[in-house]
Amino acid sequence: MKLHRIMALIFRHLYLYRRSLPRIMEIFYWPFLDLVIWGFITLYLARYQPQVPGFVTFFLGALILWDILFRAQQGITITFLEELWARNLMNLFASPLKPSEFLAATMAMSVLKVVAVSIVMGICALVFYSYNVLVIGLWLGPFVLNLVITGWIIGVFTTSLIMRFGQEAEVLAWSMVFLFQPISCVFYPIEVLPAWLQGVAWVNPAAHIFEGMRVVLTTGQAPLSHLAWSVGLNGLLLIAVVGWFYRTMAYCKDQGLLVRVGE
Amino acid sequence: MSSIASPVLKVSQLTKRFGNFTAVDGVSFEMRPGEILGLLGPNGAGKTTTIQMLLGLVTPTSGSIEVFGLDLLMHREAILQQVNFSSTYISMPQSLTVEENLWVVARLYGLSDIAQQIDNVVCKLEMKEFRQKVTRKLSSGQMTRLGLAKAILTKPRILFLDEPTASLDPDVAYMIRALLKDEQRSSGLSILYTSHNMREMEEMSDRIIFLQRGRLVAEGTAQAIVDRFGQTDLEEVFLKLARESTVSLSS
Ligand SMILES: Nc1ncnc2c1ncn2[C@@H]1O[C@H](COP(=O)(O)OP(=O)(O)OP(=O)(O)O)[C@@H](O)[C@H]1O
Repeated sequence: MKLHRIMALIFRHLYLYRRSLPRIMEIFYWPFLDLVIWGFITLYLARYQPQVPGFVTFFLGALILWDILFRAQQGITITFLEELWARNLMNLFASPLKPSEFLAATMAMSVLKVVAVSIVMGICALVFYSYNVLVIGLWLGPFVLNLVITGWIIGVFTTSLIMRFGQEAEVLAWSMVFLFQPISCVFYPIEVLPAWLQGVAWVNPAAHIFEGMRVVLTTGQAPLSHLAWSVGLNGLLLIAVVGWFYRTMAYCKDQGLLVRVGE
Repeated sequence: MSSIASPVLKVSQLTKRFGNFTAVDGVSFEMRPGEILGLLGPNGAGKTTTIQMLLGLVTPTSGSIEVFGLDLLMHREAILQQVNFSSTYISMPQSLTVEENLWVVARLYGLSDIAQQIDNVVCKLEMKEFRQKVTRKLSSGQMTRLGLAKAILTKPRILFLDEPTASLDPDVAYMIRALLKDEQRSSGLSILYTSHNMREMEEMSDRIIFLQRGRLVAEGTAQAIVDRFGQTDLEEVFLKLARESTVSLSS
Protein backbone atom coordinates (compact mmCIF):
# COMPACT_ATOMS: atom_id res chain seq x y z
CA MET A 1 0.00 0.00 0.00
CA LYS A 2 1.19 3.50 -0.82
CA LEU A 3 0.32 6.28 1.59
CA HIS A 4 0.30 8.98 -1.09
CA ARG A 5 -2.50 7.26 -2.97
CA ILE A 6 -4.58 6.86 0.18
CA MET A 7 -3.94 10.52 1.04
CA ALA A 8 -4.94 11.56 -2.49
CA LEU A 9 -8.36 10.00 -1.99
CA ILE A 10 -8.75 11.47 1.48
CA PHE A 11 -7.94 14.94 0.13
CA ARG A 12 -10.36 14.40 -2.74
CA HIS A 13 -13.16 13.86 -0.21
CA LEU A 14 -12.09 16.62 2.13
CA TYR A 15 -12.18 19.04 -0.83
CA LEU A 16 -15.73 17.90 -1.36
CA TYR A 17 -16.77 18.76 2.18
CA ARG A 18 -14.91 22.04 2.16
CA ARG A 19 -17.52 23.71 0.03
CA SER A 20 -20.63 21.64 0.54
CA LEU A 21 -22.92 22.64 3.38
CA PRO A 22 -25.49 19.89 2.59
CA ARG A 23 -22.77 17.24 2.91
CA ILE A 24 -21.61 18.61 6.25
CA MET A 25 -25.21 18.86 7.43
CA GLU A 26 -25.77 15.26 6.39
CA ILE A 27 -23.11 14.11 8.82
CA PHE A 28 -24.60 15.93 11.81
CA TYR A 29 -28.29 16.28 11.05
CA TRP A 30 -29.53 12.74 11.78
CA PRO A 31 -27.36 12.06 14.82
CA PHE A 32 -28.46 15.39 16.25
CA LEU A 33 -32.15 14.71 15.62
CA ASP A 34 -31.83 11.20 17.02
CA LEU A 35 -30.31 12.59 20.13
CA VAL A 36 -33.00 15.22 20.58
CA ILE A 37 -35.91 12.82 20.06
CA TRP A 38 -34.52 9.86 21.97
CA GLY A 39 -33.22 12.16 24.65
CA PHE A 40 -36.69 13.51 25.39
CA ILE A 41 -38.30 10.07 25.19
CA THR A 42 -35.70 8.82 27.63
CA LEU A 43 -36.34 11.67 30.05
CA TYR A 44 -40.06 11.04 29.86
CA LEU A 45 -39.77 7.29 30.44
CA ALA A 46 -37.25 7.78 33.20
CA ARG A 47 -39.83 9.87 35.05
CA TYR A 48 -42.38 7.04 35.01
CA GLN A 49 -40.14 4.02 35.13
CA PRO A 50 -37.74 4.80 37.95
CA GLN A 51 -37.36 1.09 38.70
CA VAL A 52 -35.22 0.56 35.58
CA PRO A 53 -31.79 1.63 36.79
CA GLY A 54 -29.72 4.14 34.84
CA PHE A 55 -32.41 4.68 32.22
CA VAL A 56 -30.85 7.77 30.71
CA THR A 57 -27.41 6.23 30.74
CA PHE A 58 -28.67 3.12 29.01
CA PHE A 59 -30.52 4.83 26.26
CA LEU A 60 -28.36 7.82 25.49
CA GLY A 61 -25.20 5.79 25.76
CA ALA A 62 -26.66 3.18 23.42
CA LEU A 63 -27.86 5.83 21.02
CA ILE A 64 -24.47 7.50 20.78
CA LEU A 65 -22.73 4.16 20.30
CA TRP A 66 -25.24 3.13 17.64
CA ASP A 67 -24.67 6.37 15.75
CA ILE A 68 -20.95 5.67 15.82
CA LEU A 69 -21.55 2.34 14.11
CA PHE A 70 -23.94 3.95 11.64
CA ARG A 71 -21.51 6.77 10.73
CA ALA A 72 -18.65 4.30 10.37
CA GLN A 73 -20.72 2.35 7.85
CA GLN A 74 -21.80 5.50 6.04
CA GLY A 75 -18.22 6.72 5.92
CA ILE A 76 -17.40 3.74 3.72
CA THR A 77 -20.53 3.52 1.60
CA ILE A 78 -21.07 7.23 0.96
CA THR A 79 -17.41 7.66 0.02
CA PHE A 80 -17.90 4.98 -2.63
CA LEU A 81 -21.20 6.50 -3.73
CA GLU A 82 -19.55 9.90 -4.14
CA GLU A 83 -17.17 8.30 -6.65
CA LEU A 84 -20.04 6.58 -8.39
CA TRP A 85 -22.12 9.78 -8.60
CA ALA A 86 -19.09 11.68 -9.92
CA ARG A 87 -18.46 8.90 -12.47
CA ASN A 88 -14.94 8.86 -11.13
CA LEU A 89 -14.49 5.12 -10.60
CA MET A 90 -12.85 4.68 -13.99
CA ASN A 91 -10.33 7.44 -13.24
CA LEU A 92 -9.49 5.75 -9.96
CA PHE A 93 -9.32 2.13 -11.03
CA ALA A 94 -7.40 2.90 -14.22
CA SER A 95 -4.75 4.53 -12.01
CA PRO A 96 -2.19 2.59 -9.94
CA LEU A 97 -4.62 2.75 -6.98
CA LYS A 98 -5.11 -0.69 -5.45
CA PRO A 99 -8.46 -1.90 -4.11
CA SER A 100 -6.83 -2.19 -0.68
CA GLU A 101 -5.78 1.48 -0.86
CA PHE A 102 -9.28 2.44 -1.91
CA LEU A 103 -10.70 0.58 1.09
CA ALA A 104 -8.10 2.11 3.40
CA ALA A 105 -9.08 5.61 2.24
CA THR A 106 -12.78 4.93 2.77
CA MET A 107 -11.97 3.60 6.24
CA ALA A 108 -9.99 6.74 7.02
CA MET A 109 -12.94 8.87 5.89
CA SER A 110 -15.15 6.76 8.09
CA VAL A 111 -12.94 7.43 11.11
CA LEU A 112 -12.96 11.17 10.40
CA LYS A 113 -16.77 11.17 10.26
CA VAL A 114 -17.04 9.13 13.45
CA VAL A 115 -14.75 11.52 15.30
CA ALA A 116 -16.78 14.53 14.13
CA VAL A 117 -20.12 12.93 15.04
CA SER A 118 -18.93 11.64 18.40
CA ILE A 119 -17.69 15.05 19.45
CA VAL A 120 -20.93 16.76 18.43
CA MET A 121 -23.17 14.13 20.04
CA GLY A 122 -21.08 13.97 23.18
CA ILE A 123 -21.30 17.72 23.63
CA CYS A 124 -25.04 17.85 22.83
CA ALA A 125 -25.81 15.07 25.32
CA LEU A 126 -23.89 16.93 27.98
CA VAL A 127 -25.50 20.30 27.24
CA PHE A 128 -29.11 19.16 26.75
CA TYR A 129 -29.41 16.22 29.12
CA SER A 130 -26.45 16.64 31.46
CA TYR A 131 -25.39 13.20 30.23
CA ASN A 132 -21.72 12.45 30.09
CA VAL A 133 -20.96 9.58 27.73
CA LEU A 134 -17.70 9.05 29.59
CA VAL A 135 -19.67 7.38 32.45
CA ILE A 136 -19.16 4.21 30.45
CA GLY A 137 -15.58 4.62 31.58
CA LEU A 138 -12.42 3.10 30.22
CA TRP A 139 -14.38 0.56 28.22
CA LEU A 140 -15.66 3.26 25.93
CA GLY A 141 -12.43 3.09 23.89
CA PRO A 142 -12.58 -0.62 22.97
CA PHE A 143 -16.37 -0.39 22.52
CA VAL A 144 -16.03 2.43 19.99
CA LEU A 145 -13.18 0.71 18.16
CA ASN A 146 -15.19 -2.47 17.78
CA LEU A 147 -18.31 -0.64 16.66
CA VAL A 148 -16.30 1.24 14.04
CA ILE A 149 -15.01 -2.07 12.70
CA THR A 150 -18.55 -3.52 12.64
CA GLY A 151 -19.60 -0.37 10.75
CA TRP A 152 -16.80 -1.01 8.25
CA ILE A 153 -17.94 -4.60 7.80
CA ILE A 154 -21.49 -3.52 6.99
CA GLY A 155 -20.11 -0.66 4.85
CA VAL A 156 -17.81 -2.85 2.74
CA PHE A 157 -20.58 -5.42 2.34
CA THR A 158 -23.05 -2.75 1.17
CA THR A 159 -20.47 -1.19 -1.14
CA SER A 160 -19.87 -4.56 -2.79
CA LEU A 161 -23.60 -4.97 -3.37
CA ILE A 162 -23.87 -1.50 -4.92
CA MET A 163 -20.84 -2.19 -7.12
CA ARG A 164 -22.41 -5.46 -8.24
CA PHE A 165 -26.01 -4.31 -8.75
CA GLY A 166 -25.40 -0.67 -9.72
CA GLN A 167 -27.17 2.49 -8.81
CA GLU A 168 -30.49 0.74 -8.16
CA ALA A 169 -28.93 -0.78 -5.06
CA GLU A 170 -27.96 2.68 -3.80
CA VAL A 171 -30.74 2.74 -1.23
CA LEU A 172 -28.86 0.02 0.67
CA ALA A 173 -26.36 2.66 1.73
CA TRP A 174 -28.97 4.01 4.14
CA SER A 175 -31.10 0.96 4.83
CA MET A 176 -28.70 -1.97 5.20
CA VAL A 177 -27.45 -0.99 8.64
CA PHE A 178 -31.01 -0.97 10.01
CA LEU A 179 -31.31 -4.61 9.12
CA PHE A 180 -28.64 -5.17 11.75
CA GLN A 181 -30.21 -2.90 14.35
CA PRO A 182 -32.76 -5.39 15.80
CA ILE A 183 -30.06 -8.03 16.22
CA SER A 184 -27.57 -5.55 17.61
CA CYS A 185 -29.75 -5.23 20.73
CA VAL A 186 -28.95 -1.55 20.98
CA PHE A 187 -31.73 -0.52 23.35
CA TYR A 188 -32.74 -3.83 24.94
CA PRO A 189 -30.93 -6.87 26.30
CA ILE A 190 -30.40 -9.82 24.03
CA GLU A 191 -32.60 -12.00 26.26
CA VAL A 192 -35.76 -10.22 25.06
CA LEU A 193 -35.26 -11.68 21.57
CA PRO A 194 -36.89 -14.99 20.66
CA ALA A 195 -34.48 -17.87 21.18
CA TRP A 196 -33.75 -18.47 17.49
CA LEU A 197 -32.97 -14.78 16.94
CA GLN A 198 -30.66 -14.75 19.95
CA GLY A 199 -28.53 -17.28 18.08
CA VAL A 200 -28.27 -14.90 15.16
CA ALA A 201 -27.57 -11.92 17.40
CA TRP A 202 -24.66 -13.69 19.12
CA VAL A 203 -22.72 -13.78 15.84
CA ASN A 204 -23.17 -10.05 15.44
CA PRO A 205 -20.15 -8.32 17.01
CA ALA A 206 -22.21 -5.20 17.74
CA ALA A 207 -24.63 -7.16 19.97
CA HIS A 208 -21.70 -8.12 22.21
CA ILE A 209 -20.69 -4.49 22.53
CA PHE A 210 -24.15 -3.32 23.53
CA GLU A 211 -24.47 -6.22 25.96
CA GLY A 212 -21.04 -5.30 27.27
CA MET A 213 -22.14 -1.72 27.75
CA ARG A 214 -25.10 -2.85 29.84
CA VAL A 215 -22.88 -5.10 31.93
CA VAL A 216 -20.58 -2.16 32.69
CA LEU A 217 -23.45 0.17 33.52
CA THR A 218 -25.42 -2.24 35.69
CA THR A 219 -22.73 -4.24 37.47
CA GLY A 220 -19.59 -2.23 36.90
CA GLN A 221 -17.84 -5.48 35.95
CA ALA A 222 -15.35 -5.84 33.12
CA PRO A 223 -17.20 -7.12 30.01
CA LEU A 224 -14.20 -9.17 28.93
CA SER A 225 -15.97 -12.12 27.36
CA HIS A 226 -18.25 -9.84 25.34
CA LEU A 227 -15.24 -7.84 24.18
CA ALA A 228 -13.33 -10.97 23.25
CA TRP A 229 -16.26 -12.26 21.23
CA SER A 230 -16.68 -8.94 19.52
CA VAL A 231 -12.99 -8.70 18.60
CA GLY A 232 -12.94 -12.28 17.31
CA LEU A 233 -16.11 -11.93 15.27
CA ASN A 234 -15.05 -8.54 13.92
CA GLY A 235 -11.71 -9.97 12.81
CA LEU A 236 -13.30 -12.92 11.06
CA LEU A 237 -16.09 -10.94 9.42
CA LEU A 238 -13.75 -8.17 8.30
CA ILE A 239 -11.50 -10.67 6.54
CA ALA A 240 -14.55 -12.34 4.97
CA VAL A 241 -16.10 -9.11 3.78
CA VAL A 242 -12.86 -7.75 2.31
CA GLY A 243 -12.47 -11.07 0.48
CA TRP A 244 -16.03 -10.65 -0.78
CA PHE A 245 -15.21 -7.09 -1.96
CA TYR A 246 -12.23 -8.41 -3.98
CA ARG A 247 -14.37 -11.16 -5.47
CA THR A 248 -17.10 -8.70 -6.40
CA MET A 249 -14.52 -6.44 -7.99
CA ALA A 250 -13.14 -9.34 -10.04
CA TYR A 251 -16.67 -10.26 -11.08
CA CYS A 252 -17.45 -6.66 -12.09
CA LYS A 253 -14.23 -6.47 -14.12
CA ASP A 254 -15.14 -9.69 -15.83
CA GLN A 255 -18.65 -8.52 -16.68
CA GLY A 256 -17.50 -5.02 -17.63
CA LEU A 257 -19.61 -3.60 -14.79
CA LEU A 258 -16.92 -1.58 -13.06
CA VAL A 259 -16.91 1.07 -15.78
CA ARG A 260 -20.70 1.05 -16.06
CA VAL A 261 -21.65 0.99 -12.42
CA GLY A 262 -22.65 4.68 -12.40
CA GLU A 263 -24.74 4.45 -15.54
CA MET B 1 10.71 6.74 -33.80
CA SER B 2 12.40 3.47 -34.41
CA SER B 3 10.59 0.52 -35.89
CA ILE B 4 13.06 -1.97 -34.43
CA ALA B 5 12.64 -0.76 -30.85
CA SER B 6 10.73 -3.27 -28.75
CA PRO B 7 7.03 -2.45 -28.55
CA VAL B 8 5.64 -0.57 -25.54
CA LEU B 9 2.38 -2.43 -25.99
CA LYS B 10 1.90 -5.92 -27.31
CA VAL B 11 -1.57 -7.36 -27.56
CA SER B 12 -1.91 -11.03 -28.51
CA GLN B 13 -5.13 -12.81 -29.39
CA LEU B 14 -7.13 -10.56 -27.11
CA THR B 15 -10.71 -11.76 -26.73
CA LYS B 16 -13.58 -10.57 -24.61
CA ARG B 17 -16.89 -12.36 -24.36
CA PHE B 18 -19.90 -11.09 -22.44
CA GLY B 19 -22.00 -14.24 -22.12
CA ASN B 20 -22.44 -15.55 -25.65
CA PHE B 21 -21.57 -12.25 -27.25
CA THR B 22 -18.01 -11.70 -28.42
CA ALA B 23 -17.13 -8.01 -28.16
CA VAL B 24 -13.43 -8.40 -29.02
CA ASP B 25 -12.33 -11.41 -31.00
CA GLY B 26 -8.69 -12.52 -31.15
CA VAL B 27 -7.19 -9.07 -31.69
CA SER B 28 -3.38 -8.80 -31.92
CA PHE B 29 -1.34 -5.67 -32.48
CA GLU B 30 1.71 -3.79 -31.25
CA MET B 31 2.49 -0.18 -30.50
CA ARG B 32 6.03 1.11 -30.78
CA PRO B 33 7.66 3.78 -28.62
CA GLY B 34 6.65 7.26 -29.75
CA GLU B 35 4.00 5.98 -32.10
CA ILE B 36 0.48 7.35 -32.54
CA LEU B 37 -1.74 4.42 -33.30
CA GLY B 38 -5.27 5.14 -34.49
CA LEU B 39 -8.00 2.74 -33.41
CA LEU B 40 -10.84 2.93 -35.89
CA GLY B 41 -14.13 1.12 -36.17
CA PRO B 42 -17.86 1.66 -36.39
CA ASN B 43 -20.09 1.89 -33.31
CA GLY B 44 -19.97 -1.32 -31.32
CA ALA B 45 -16.78 -2.54 -33.02
CA GLY B 46 -15.09 -3.12 -29.66
CA LYS B 47 -12.79 -0.08 -29.40
CA THR B 48 -13.86 0.99 -25.92
CA THR B 49 -13.82 -2.59 -24.62
CA THR B 50 -10.27 -2.97 -25.98
CA ILE B 51 -9.11 0.24 -24.27
CA GLN B 52 -10.79 -0.81 -21.04
CA MET B 53 -8.92 -4.12 -21.15
CA LEU B 54 -5.67 -2.23 -21.78
CA LEU B 55 -6.39 -0.16 -18.68
CA GLY B 56 -7.13 -3.22 -16.55
CA LEU B 57 -10.76 -2.22 -16.07
CA VAL B 58 -12.17 -5.22 -17.91
CA THR B 59 -10.64 -8.68 -17.61
CA PRO B 60 -9.98 -10.37 -20.97
CA THR B 61 -11.58 -13.75 -21.57
CA SER B 62 -8.37 -14.88 -23.22
CA GLY B 63 -5.24 -13.49 -24.82
CA SER B 64 -2.49 -11.42 -23.30
CA ILE B 65 -1.53 -7.77 -22.88
CA GLU B 66 2.10 -6.84 -22.40
CA VAL B 67 3.00 -3.27 -21.55
CA PHE B 68 6.69 -2.27 -21.43
CA GLY B 69 7.41 -5.99 -21.70
CA LEU B 70 5.40 -6.78 -18.54
CA ASP B 71 2.17 -8.70 -18.28
CA LEU B 72 -0.64 -6.28 -17.38
CA LEU B 73 -2.46 -8.66 -15.06
CA MET B 74 0.71 -9.42 -13.09
CA HIS B 75 2.20 -5.90 -12.98
CA ARG B 76 -0.89 -3.69 -12.95
CA GLU B 77 0.42 -1.12 -10.48
CA ALA B 78 3.82 -0.56 -12.10
CA ILE B 79 2.29 -0.34 -15.56
CA LEU B 80 -0.61 1.98 -14.73
CA GLN B 81 1.83 4.35 -13.05
CA GLN B 82 3.19 5.07 -16.54
CA VAL B 83 -0.07 5.00 -18.45
CA ASN B 84 -2.96 7.42 -18.54
CA PHE B 85 -6.14 7.97 -20.48
CA SER B 86 -8.73 10.51 -21.35
CA SER B 87 -12.20 10.00 -22.68
CA THR B 88 -14.85 12.48 -23.65
CA TYR B 89 -17.32 10.23 -21.86
CA ILE B 90 -15.62 10.21 -18.49
CA SER B 91 -15.77 13.25 -16.26
CA MET B 92 -13.82 14.39 -13.27
CA PRO B 93 -15.46 15.03 -9.88
CA GLN B 94 -17.83 17.91 -10.53
CA SER B 95 -17.78 19.54 -7.11
CA LEU B 96 -14.03 20.10 -7.07
CA THR B 97 -12.32 22.96 -8.83
CA VAL B 98 -10.13 22.26 -11.84
CA GLU B 99 -7.04 22.85 -9.74
CA GLU B 100 -8.22 20.60 -6.89
CA ASN B 101 -8.92 17.81 -9.36
CA LEU B 102 -5.42 18.12 -10.75
CA TRP B 103 -3.93 18.07 -7.24
CA VAL B 104 -5.78 14.86 -6.46
CA VAL B 105 -4.49 13.22 -9.64
CA ALA B 106 -0.95 14.42 -8.96
CA ARG B 107 -1.07 12.93 -5.45
CA LEU B 108 -2.59 9.72 -6.72
CA TYR B 109 0.36 9.22 -9.07
CA GLY B 110 2.87 10.39 -6.47
CA LEU B 111 4.22 13.36 -8.46
CA SER B 112 6.74 15.66 -6.87
CA ASP B 113 6.79 19.43 -7.30
CA ILE B 114 3.06 19.31 -7.90
CA ALA B 115 2.37 23.06 -8.09
CA GLN B 116 4.96 23.49 -10.83
CA GLN B 117 3.69 20.52 -12.81
CA ILE B 118 0.12 21.77 -12.62
CA ASP B 119 1.23 25.24 -13.73
CA ASN B 120 2.93 23.68 -16.75
CA VAL B 121 -0.04 21.66 -17.81
CA VAL B 122 -2.49 24.53 -17.24
CA CYS B 123 -0.28 26.69 -19.40
CA LYS B 124 0.09 24.07 -22.15
CA LEU B 125 -3.64 23.50 -22.42
CA GLU B 126 -4.51 27.21 -22.02
CA MET B 127 -6.62 26.57 -18.94
CA LYS B 128 -5.58 29.60 -16.90
CA GLU B 129 -8.90 31.39 -17.07
CA PHE B 130 -10.82 28.43 -15.63
CA ARG B 131 -8.33 26.72 -13.33
CA GLN B 132 -10.13 28.00 -10.21
CA LYS B 133 -13.58 27.21 -11.53
CA VAL B 134 -15.70 24.43 -10.07
CA THR B 135 -15.66 21.59 -12.62
CA ARG B 136 -19.48 21.49 -12.77
CA LYS B 137 -19.42 24.97 -14.31
CA LEU B 138 -17.08 24.14 -17.19
CA SER B 139 -18.22 24.01 -20.79
CA SER B 140 -17.90 20.61 -22.47
CA GLY B 141 -14.79 21.76 -24.34
CA GLN B 142 -13.18 22.96 -21.10
CA MET B 143 -14.10 19.64 -19.50
CA THR B 144 -12.36 17.78 -22.32
CA ARG B 145 -9.26 19.90 -21.78
CA LEU B 146 -9.35 19.08 -18.07
CA GLY B 147 -9.53 15.38 -18.96
CA LEU B 148 -6.49 15.76 -21.18
CA ALA B 149 -4.69 17.81 -18.56
CA LYS B 150 -5.14 15.05 -15.98
CA ALA B 151 -3.87 12.56 -18.57
CA ILE B 152 -0.65 14.38 -19.47
CA LEU B 153 0.00 15.74 -15.97
CA THR B 154 1.28 12.36 -14.82
CA LYS B 155 3.86 12.23 -17.63
CA PRO B 156 2.72 8.89 -18.99
CA ARG B 157 4.68 6.84 -21.51
CA ILE B 158 1.45 5.60 -23.05
CA LEU B 159 -1.75 7.56 -23.45
CA PHE B 160 -5.12 6.09 -24.39
CA LEU B 161 -7.40 8.71 -25.84
CA ASP B 162 -11.04 7.97 -26.58
CA GLU B 163 -12.29 10.69 -28.96
CA PRO B 164 -10.20 13.41 -27.35
CA THR B 165 -11.34 16.21 -29.64
CA ALA B 166 -15.03 15.26 -29.88
CA SER B 167 -16.47 18.34 -28.19
CA LEU B 168 -13.83 20.90 -29.05
CA ASP B 169 -14.16 23.84 -31.41
CA PRO B 170 -11.81 23.63 -34.43
CA ASP B 171 -9.32 26.07 -32.95
CA VAL B 172 -8.96 24.21 -29.63
CA ALA B 173 -9.01 20.85 -31.44
CA TYR B 174 -6.09 22.09 -33.55
CA MET B 175 -4.26 23.22 -30.43
CA ILE B 176 -4.81 19.81 -28.81
CA ARG B 177 -3.57 17.92 -31.85
CA ALA B 178 -0.48 20.11 -31.99
CA LEU B 179 0.13 19.54 -28.30
CA LEU B 180 -0.16 15.78 -28.61
CA LYS B 181 2.21 15.74 -31.58
CA ASP B 182 4.59 17.89 -29.60
CA GLU B 183 4.43 15.53 -26.58
CA GLN B 184 5.02 12.62 -28.92
CA ARG B 185 8.12 14.26 -30.38
CA SER B 186 9.57 15.72 -27.19
CA SER B 187 8.96 12.90 -24.72
CA GLY B 188 8.51 9.86 -26.92
CA LEU B 189 4.91 9.48 -25.77
CA SER B 190 2.99 6.64 -27.45
CA ILE B 191 -0.68 7.28 -28.06
CA LEU B 192 -3.56 4.96 -28.86
CA TYR B 193 -6.23 7.17 -30.30
CA THR B 194 -9.88 6.69 -31.25
CA SER B 195 -11.84 9.24 -33.21
CA HIS B 196 -14.73 9.32 -35.63
CA ASN B 197 -13.08 12.22 -37.45
CA MET B 198 -11.32 10.55 -40.39
CA ARG B 199 -9.32 13.60 -41.41
CA GLU B 200 -7.99 13.87 -37.91
CA MET B 201 -7.15 10.16 -37.92
CA GLU B 202 -5.19 10.52 -41.15
CA GLU B 203 -3.38 13.59 -39.87
CA MET B 204 -2.54 12.23 -36.42
CA SER B 205 -1.87 8.53 -36.79
CA ASP B 206 1.40 6.93 -37.78
CA ARG B 207 -0.53 3.71 -38.21
CA ILE B 208 -4.13 2.68 -37.96
CA ILE B 209 -5.82 -0.51 -36.83
CA PHE B 210 -9.35 -1.08 -37.93
CA LEU B 211 -11.83 -3.10 -35.86
CA GLN B 212 -15.05 -4.49 -37.20
CA ARG B 213 -17.41 -6.52 -35.00
CA GLY B 214 -14.59 -7.18 -32.59
CA ARG B 215 -12.13 -8.39 -35.23
CA LEU B 216 -9.07 -6.63 -36.51
CA VAL B 217 -9.72 -6.29 -40.24
CA ALA B 218 -6.98 -3.92 -41.35
CA GLU B 219 -3.70 -2.56 -40.06
CA GLY B 220 -1.19 -0.16 -41.56
CA THR B 221 -0.68 3.47 -42.48
CA ALA B 222 -3.77 5.41 -43.51
CA GLN B 223 -2.61 5.33 -47.13
CA ALA B 224 -1.92 1.59 -47.10
CA ILE B 225 -5.42 0.92 -45.74
CA VAL B 226 -7.03 3.21 -48.32
CA ASP B 227 -5.09 1.43 -51.11
CA ARG B 228 -5.92 -2.02 -49.78
CA PHE B 229 -9.64 -1.37 -49.86
CA GLY B 230 -9.41 0.43 -53.22
CA GLN B 231 -11.02 3.63 -51.92
CA THR B 232 -10.05 7.26 -52.27
CA ASP B 233 -9.77 8.14 -48.59
CA LEU B 234 -10.15 6.76 -45.07
CA GLU B 235 -13.70 8.02 -44.76
CA GLU B 236 -14.74 5.84 -47.68
CA VAL B 237 -13.00 2.82 -46.19
CA PHE B 238 -14.82 3.50 -42.94
CA LEU B 239 -18.20 3.77 -44.67
CA LYS B 240 -17.59 0.59 -46.64
CA LEU B 241 -16.66 -1.42 -43.54
CA ALA B 242 -19.36 0.13 -41.36
CA ARG B 243 -22.04 -0.72 -43.97
CA GLU B 244 -20.73 -4.26 -44.24
CA SER B 245 -21.10 -4.52 -40.46
CA THR B 246 -24.66 -3.26 -40.60
CA VAL B 247 -25.62 -5.56 -43.47
CA SER B 248 -24.16 -8.63 -41.82
CA LEU B 249 -25.77 -7.76 -38.48
CA SER B 250 -29.20 -7.34 -40.05
CA SER B 251 -28.87 -10.56 -42.03
N1 LIG C 1 -20.41 -4.91 -20.08
C1 LIG C 1 -20.92 -5.32 -21.24
N2 LIG C 1 -21.84 -6.31 -21.27
C2 LIG C 1 -22.35 -6.75 -22.44
N3 LIG C 1 -22.02 -6.25 -23.65
C3 LIG C 1 -21.11 -5.26 -23.69
C4 LIG C 1 -20.52 -4.73 -22.49
N4 LIG C 1 -19.65 -3.76 -22.85
C5 LIG C 1 -19.70 -3.67 -24.20
N5 LIG C 1 -20.58 -4.56 -24.70
C6 LIG C 1 -20.89 -4.78 -26.11
O1 LIG C 1 -19.69 -4.96 -26.81
C7 LIG C 1 -19.74 -4.36 -28.10
C8 LIG C 1 -18.56 -3.43 -28.28
O2 LIG C 1 -18.77 -2.30 -27.46
P1 LIG C 1 -17.73 -1.11 -27.40
O3 LIG C 1 -18.26 -0.12 -26.41
O4 LIG C 1 -16.39 -1.66 -27.13
O5 LIG C 1 -17.79 -0.53 -28.88
P2 LIG C 1 -17.09 0.76 -29.49
O6 LIG C 1 -16.33 0.31 -30.68
O7 LIG C 1 -16.35 1.50 -28.47
O8 LIG C 1 -18.37 1.59 -29.95
P3 LIG C 1 -18.62 3.19 -29.97
O9 LIG C 1 -17.93 3.74 -31.15
O10 LIG C 1 -20.11 3.24 -30.12
O11 LIG C 1 -18.16 3.74 -28.67
C9 LIG C 1 -21.10 -3.65 -28.18
O12 LIG C 1 -21.99 -4.45 -28.91
C10 LIG C 1 -21.54 -3.56 -26.74
O13 LIG C 1 -22.95 -3.60 -26.61
